[in-house]
Amino acid sequence: MPKDHGIGASTKRREDVRFLTGTGNYTDDINVYGQAYVHFLRSDVAHGTINGIDTAAAEAMPGVLHIFTGKDFEAVGGIPCGWQVTDRFGQPMKEPKHPVLAHGKVRHVGDPICAVVAETLEQARDAAEAIELDIDELPAVVNMAKALEDGATLVHDDLGDNLCYDWGFVEENKEAVDEAIKNAAHVTTLELVNNRVVPNPMEPRVAIGDFNAASGDSTLYTTSQNPHVIRLLMGAFVLGIPEHKLRVVAPDVGGGFGSKIYHYAEEALCTFAAKALKRPVKWTSTRSEAFMSDAHGRDHVTTIELALDADHKFTAVRTSTLANMGAYLSTFAPSVPTWLHGTLMAGNYTTPLVYCNVRAVFTNTVPVDAYRGAGRPEATYQLERVIDKAARELGVDPIEIRRKNFVTEFPYQTPVAVEYDSGDFHRLMDKLEAAADFGGFAARRAESEKKGMLRGLGINCFIEACGIAPSNLVGQLGARAGLYESATVRVNATGGLVVMTGSHSHGQGHETVFPQVISEMTGLEEHMVEIEHGDTANTPMGMGTYGSRSIAVGGSAMVRATEKIINKMKKIAAHLMEAAEGDIELKDGSFSVAGTDKSVAWGDVCLAAYVPHNYPLEDIEPGLEETAFYDPANFTYPAGAYACEVEVDPETGKVRIDRFTTADDFGNVMNPMIVDGQVHGGLAQGIGQALLENSTYDPETGQLLSASYMDYAMPRADDVPFFKVDHTNGTPCTHNPLGVKGCGEAGAIGSTPTVVNAVVDAVQSGGHKHVTHIDMPLTPGRVWAAMNG
Amino acid sequence: MYSFDIERPKSVADAVAALGADEAQPIAGGQTLIPTLKQRLASPSKLVALSGIEEMKYVRRDGDTLVIGGGTTHGTIARETAEHFPGLAGLAARIGDPAVRNRGTIGGSIANNDPSACYPSAALACGATIVTDKREIAADDYFQGMFMTALEEGEIVTEIRFPIPEKSAYMKFEQIASRFPLVGVFVAKFADKVGVGVTGASNDGVFRWSEAEQALGSNFAADAVSGLTAPDASDMISDLHGTGAYRAHLVGVMTKRAVAAAS
Repeated sequence: MPKDHGIGASTKRREDVRFLTGTGNYTDDINVYGQAYVHFLRSDVAHGTINGIDTAAAEAMPGVLHIFTGKDFEAVGGIPCGWQVTDRFGQPMKEPKHPVLAHGKVRHVGDPICAVVAETLEQARDAAEAIELDIDELPAVVNMAKALEDGATLVHDDLGDNLCYDWGFVEENKEAVDEAIKNAAHVTTLELVNNRVVPNPMEPRVAIGDFNAASGDSTLYTTSQNPHVIRLLMGAFVLGIPEHKLRVVAPDVGGGFGSKIYHYAEEALCTFAAKALKRPVKWTSTRSEAFMSDAHGRDHVTTIELALDADHKFTAVRTSTLANMGAYLSTFAPSVPTWLHGTLMAGNYTTPLVYCNVRAVFTNTVPVDAYRGAGRPEATYQLERVIDKAARELGVDPIEIRRKNFVTEFPYQTPVAVEYDSGDFHRLMDKLEAAADFGGFAARRAESEKKGMLRGLGINCFIEACGIAPSNLVGQLGARAGLYESATVRVNATGGLVVMTGSHSHGQGHETVFPQVISEMTGLEEHMVEIEHGDTANTPMGMGTYGSRSIAVGGSAMVRATEKIINKMKKIAAHLMEAAEGDIELKDGSFSVAGTDKSVAWGDVCLAAYVPHNYPLEDIEPGLEETAFYDPANFTYPAGAYACEVEVDPETGKVRIDRFTTADDFGNVMNPMIVDGQVHGGLAQGIGQALLENSTYDPETGQLLSASYMDYAMPRADDVPFFKVDHTNGTPCTHNPLGVKGCGEAGAIGSTPTVVNAVVDAVQSGGHKHVTHIDMPLTPGRVWAAMNG
Repeated sequence: MYSFDIERPKSVADAVAALGADEAQPIAGGQTLIPTLKQRLASPSKLVALSGIEEMKYVRRDGDTLVIGGGTTHGTIARETAEHFPGLAGLAARIGDPAVRNRGTIGGSIANNDPSACYPSAALACGATIVTDKREIAADDYFQGMFMTALEEGEIVTEIRFPIPEKSAYMKFEQIASRFPLVGVFVAKFADKVGVGVTGASNDGVFRWSEAEQALGSNFAADAVSGLTAPDASDMISDLHGTGAYRAHLVGVMTKRAVAAAS
């Protein structure tokens, strides 16, 4: 019997009641009395010098309260970057100023120039059209290789070139890697593009600034994955507001995928404007604005070489990557192509030598930052593609070549800094082979061929580093933040329990899963537990949700705080029953004395804590409220083996995914239904990147060509198959209390190479042996061109 | 969007009168115009909504001709032409999504002549007649390039008359983002001729592929198209979603598939 409550039960998501009945409270649902509206006038050129901004006519238009320009922000800080990468030569990365509103130059289409605040949104838009901009358009630099050429147009004149950093990892191994490649029995080389994508959460970004003139307190309501991080970044680095005078609220948030981690200019503007104008100020992004102002994802161009010995054992991996930063450094952008990427280049394999070179480049495009998986999908994609290509070149089975190189002993110290604590890659592959029915593939291919279709099978393995992250380690790597998580657990006098977590749910299901864990620990029914998150006024300092860290780090903090509560309640129970504290057991929601029939109910202990008439006041304080901060000892390492079968229409190049099967190791699983959903969503996003999505700039003008859903293809229900997912029998994480690894990003990480491997297999089966690679997205036109090229 | 006045006439005559005003523009479902207005890319002073004109909403058979009022929605056409003209019903049923099909109208589509609209291919392939408040225009004369038609300012498409083919089918290959046709081909077989209308593909908008019409006229079989040279790739649209060569190739593929599917 599957469990019906507690850890491992597929408890239905309680938050869905409000989401599905239209009673959620998203930021745009919030309207503050007296609010005015902001419209941003954004650059319509990719690069230009601002000679002048004449707002006189616009200021005089009906309803206009004020028009802010870059000059208004000269006295405050720029939008800060939260990670400093040190380059191969020991120098810090170049870190250009990122003004709240463009000053001196505009650097990408969508760069905000003016913020018009008016009584109504339409008045603000009307006034924006009356602003006279005097901008001299400059040549735009879009292509990364061209941006690095001598004499290239400079995105930031004061930097001298467009190179943010030239990073090498593991730098000490560089020569050994070169030597291993020179001496290899076989080297497979692959050049590939990891295409730029737009995150497209269903809810666009919103910011509302509010200022209380009586108290001097500022409040920002915003669509954020980490309100405390925004409070710190914006308060301390941009606006100079101490944290005790600044509250940040991120209520229901409709998806983030990374794009709502970062501190954005619009948040600072609304907070600043509310104080300056003594009026609440609201901004709601349109979908068009989201395309040109939300941080984009991926955008790497890589050459990877895989060296093998005569036994097909991997002896070295060498990569060279150009990573697009866009026009400015977004909050965590520098970490994505480096520490979130190079540290995964050993993959599931025993490759002893790895060297990654990454050059990060400024271009006249929207800033790029972490997007579901962040660096790890880029690592997996190139590694699993080159392994597949090597298998083809050597004429060996793609599964066998992987199995031959699997890491099998744990803990395993990789050559790229990280140490895998647990895993069983052979077992994952065993499960995949059975679930995906590889034995039936030949018959299915024959059936497809009868219909004139080409069928291909793609295999992929991956490992990721999640549960981000040990603070002391990431500090050494350049993070300007700790990456612990926090929880306060409050038990009320009447027995109910509230968890105030620093994690933030923007679709994940914390309100359902966290109570399951509490229920398991205490015996309370899940409905006795409530989760609060997203408001800095009533949650302890937390780092928020990204990097599949909620349950692994936030859940661990909650477990620690709950343990403190339980210990205190045992003390109270011992007093009430006149027993020794060490003899008290908590089971099914009541405290008993071991070996006796004496017990006291949970509720009675709670009441005693808050009505301490019969209470050991000399030993312990009244009340039941405990806080814990949890800093993980290591990353967690979810891993998986994925298989995909596609049909390619040889006449049109159209790819249809027929089957997609996964075998994942997420460690212990808290709620299988929610984990299924996370995997489904990740797969859909990865399939979107593999087949459909592409953020395309005009290479000459820097105009965003795919700036709406007319040209930017999001995956729809009929673009994905019914997924067959499995995550049973994971190997528990060895260093966190729940043995969990995290599941949010796996699908997005594991799917892109699986799909491309399958399509290459299909195309080759049609006799197109020259097609060894097609760059994503594998649109019909590209696949057709590859076959007919 | 900018503010504008709106009129909702109940008759064609009232609509024509209302459209006489300066900068007045008809709205016939609004599936193209409303997004344009929301983006502030158009600023008509007055919109004349044709959706209240009941006399423009009908599908009826008149001998060998299917007659459709200009104000008829795609959804209605999909349902009401299924019996007599399944090729057109299939085309209408796959335009956009249910919301689009329940607002968008054939008259609006024909009047706008978006290069990726579906109906113009059927109108050309069948040799339809476009009826306006002033005159009747043969399809061959009506479509004059991307977004260009024979319509004059303020002229309203009140009716489209389709000769009913013996067999027909529409095959579209969807652009992956918008799901408008990257290439759409309507094939209509009549007793004495075959019409092949192609949308989505050409820089000149919807066109008839006359080589295919001739080949299929003597042998209405998918194989008849196989030997043909694809339309000149340099005349085809080349953009993010496909090169001219790809579109030219797809014209052949979709024509073959339409012939095979014709019923």
